[in-house]
Amino acid sequence: MKRLTGLLLVVLALGGIALAQNALLINGAGATFPNPIYSKWFDEYHKANPSIAINYQSVGSGAGIKQATDGTVDFGASDGPMSDEQLKAYSDKHGSGILHFPTVLGAVVPTYNIPNVSTSLNFTPEALAGIFLGRITKWNDPAIAGPNKGVSLPAEDIVVVHRSDGSGTTYVFTDYLSKVSDDWKNKVSKGTSVNWPVGLGGKGNEGVTGLVKQTPNSIGYVELIYAANNGIAYGAVKNADGVFLKADLEGVSEAAAGVAKNIPDDFRVSITNAPGKKAYPISTFTWLLIPAKISDAAKRDALKGFLKWAITDGQKFNEDLEYAKLPKEVVAKELKAIGSIQ
Amino acid sequence: MNPRLRWRKFVSNFMLTMTGVCAVVAVSVLFFILGYLVYHGGASINWNFFTKLPVPVGELGGGMANAIVGSAKLLLLASLFGVPIGFLGGIYLAEFSGSSVAFVVRYAADLLNGVPSIVIGIFAYALTVLPFKHFSAFAGAFALGLMMIPITLRSTEEFLHGVPRALREGSMALGASKWRTIMSVVVPAAYRGIMTAILLALARVAGETAPLLFTAFGNRYWSHGLNEPTASLPVMIFNYAISPYEDWHRQAWAAGLVLLALILIVNIFARAILSRGGTILR
Amino acid sequence: MATSTTTVPSAGPAEGSRSFISRLRNGDEIARIITFLFAASVVLITLLLVLQLWHDSSIARHKFGLNFFVTRVWDPIAEEFGALPFIYGTLVTAVVSLLIAVPLGIGAAIFLAELAPQKVSDTLQFFIDLLAAVPSVIYGLLGVFIVVPLMRVYVEPALKQSLGFLPLFKGPAYGVGFLTAGIVLAIMVIPYIISVSREVLLSVPRDQREAALALGSTRWESTWKVVVPFARGGIMGSIFLALARALGETMAVTMVIGNSPIVNPSLLSPGYSIAAVIANEFTEATSQIHLQALVELGLVLFLLTFILNGLARLLLVLTAQKGSGMGHV
Repeated sequence: MKRLTGLLLVVLALGGIALAQNALLINGAGATFPNPIYSKWFDEYHKANPSIAINYQSVGSGAGIKQATDGTVDFGASDGPMSDEQLKAYSDKHGSGILHFPTVLGAVVPTYNIPNVSTSLNFTPEALAGIFLGRITKWNDPAIAGPNKGVSLPAEDIVVVHRSDGSGTTYVFTDYLSKVSDDWKNKVSKGTSVNWPVGLGGKGNEGVTGLVKQTPNSIGYVELIYAANNGIAYGAVKNADGVFLKADLEGVSEAAAGVAKNIPDDFRVSITNAPGKKAYPISTFTWLLIPAKISDAAKRDALKGFLKWAITDGQKFNEDLEYAKLPKEVVAKELKAIGSIQ
Repeated sequence: MNPRLRWRKFVSNFMLTMTGVCAVVAVSVLFFILGYLVYHGGASINWNFFTKLPVPVGELGGGMANAIVGSAKLLLLASLFGVPIGFLGGIYLAEFSGSSVAFVVRYAADLLNGVPSIVIGIFAYALTVLPFKHFSAFAGAFALGLMMIPITLRSTEEFLHGVPRALREGSMALGASKWRTIMSVVVPAAYRGIMTAILLALARVAGETAPLLFTAFGNRYWSHGLNEPTASLPVMIFNYAISPYEDWHRQAWAAGLVLLALILIVNIFARAILSRGGTILR
Repeated sequence: MATSTTTVPSAGPAEGSRSFISRLRNGDEIARIITFLFAASVVLITLLLVLQLWHDSSIARHKFGLNFFVTRVWDPIAEEFGALPFIYGTLVTAVVSLLIAVPLGIGAAIFLAELAPQKVSDTLQFFIDLLAAVPSVIYGLLGVFIVVPLMRVYVEPALKQSLGFLPLFKGPAYGVGFLTAGIVLAIMVIPYIISVSREVLLSVPRDQREAALALGSTRWESTWKVVVPFARGGIMGSIFLALARALGETMAVTMVIGNSPIVNPSLLSPGYSIAAVIANEFTEATSQIHLQALVELGLVLFLLTFILNGLARLLLVLTAQKGSGMGHV
């Protein structure tokens, strides 16, 4: 017994020892999509400013919003902008508002697995909506075959794969489908979790990728980087100007550029189905959610400093990780907005 | 030998062989899992893994040192919280209580056991994070400890019941008080089973992710003391496994291997230290 | 093996005249009170949990009422929520997993307790305990990478060919679905059954076995007809543990069940479970009614667990034999 108690005390002491540095710890939570670039940024910023340690956990956009509203983290992050209802809930609770800051851009692609088809398929908005609504059930349906002359599509049933967990990726994809299909808008609408008419649910981008990879004749939607890194086929989508585009960083930046001049002051904007010949239609901003009033001066200055760095110097890390840079106009506007954080 | 006897002998041999098959199947599943983890994650286990903090994707040389220490902290705290409640509660059920109280407590424990780990996480969040407005190792340990209670309680009671009455009566006949009897005679007699149950409970919570997401949260850096967000192996595994990067996937498998090794070591350690016969109370 | 609360006769005033305070001086009374407090705290915590769930789902409960149990729709946008597909999926996967895990688990426990030499038994048990420590995320991943393809390519087509006339095995073979989830769950709960059952079997007194053998029974007969019934209570206890785990498992199930809120008699169909949908949608749920509906689902699971536990205990009581070990439930 004595031996046991002694051992316990030693281990507890070890656990309680403060290890080295007394860095200022700032906690943030939210979106999974930008996790790779955010972890890079926070790490680089910490190297340049060792007294500031920003700890970000990708628990999901909704959880990020919830925790920011609860006040259990210092900032949040989300792939979809907060709704008016959520903004009101925040300001009711805290007495001041919360601000959106776009950080990077990304794309969602339709990925598929059809045995013997290795070329990149062209998808029209009508085809995508039809497939995910469950109206188009076979791969050789004219709506799909039409823009893909020369590719022999099998007469097999399409296995639809969607996200089971609520996510910003779903938000972007359904936002796009709502814009291009009234049917979709009325039947399913947009959100982080929707009532999918058909299909299997995969958990996370990884889950959808995995299911599509393994299931013949399947189609799903994932962030660009998952398709690129896993070597699965993804198709081109017809944009608002009628051009079939495969997702790449340039296309995403073009989508943002179209909106950049008229971006609203609170930066909450959707850039799906953006105008422009080179604009990729299923693109999105992702935002950091920073409280408008931060009482802890050290944390406030640290966050403001980080934000300034992230939207300027930090952007040089984007492309290696398959994220697009922010347009100049947006950056300029954001720099001004950062000044308003008190 | 008459035909009936021959049949019975045949059945006996057949069924006993079948039990052997069952055992082989169960164990081979484990070895398969271990093998898979080693094959896919073995390469990522190096000195860095145990000593360095995590680094962003694309950079080499990162590790999970903070997660390993974090998991150890969380599990230790969780045991300090969950095991005494389960153990002492089990003693009450087996030695002191009437059957209706015991029925209610057992039922409650079984219900608690069936709660999804994420609901426990949400419950712990409301109780231990929200009021204090920050995440901490305490909160994580609370959530994990809650999950340890039912297994510990039920098993303690079960194994104490298995101790023959004669032992108790003999001790009391020698003049020992009830409590003394329990601690010096009954518990040591049921020691093996109880130890197994506690280690099983520990093993179970060691691999849980969901409760920690809302309580201990996670930390890319070292956490100081017990009142800050803390990294843990299951959360790291979860984050890395769902990422698009091959390198992080390998690290996730490696982390799974390390977690298993951690539990194995605790198992060996606990059995060795606490098995030196004699009484629990000196 | 009911114990009696034998009090130790002590020097001092006769029984009836002892006050509470003087009873406290007797260490046993303190022990009784302290252990009672700990036992009671378990009930308290469970009650607190239920209350929290009840409170956090109040709006949803008033809005949906009893229809919640029979509605099949789950639409976060239209704010229509129904629990039926999830209740169905939870029950089906739990039943499938127990159907696989209980025979295998008890069989293995019997082997380890009765047949294997001490050292082999201990070593194997050690390893089986490790199975319980594998993180559920890893079970999920292994399920996705190994079990699902196996099911899709070999097992499910074979089942369809041989037993396809049964409604249990109709429909396309996706690989994910109720059956796969049941199998993965079975692997996850087996260590609990084996571990606890083995310990219980080992603690059965030798004389029981020897008496049976002396009366001429075969090895198997003495095990199955005497030892196992003696250990019935403990074995049932281990099954309760396994059931609880199967009902509440989140991560692993969500990766292999297909996550589609469907009620379909076929085991090959994709489905959904309560724990899985809570895990999937809770962190991203944005509207209050959505969150409340999820919490209400948690409450429903509680109810399910309550009922299943009750049924299992009833079964235990109804099949109790005289003279066997644990008479308690």
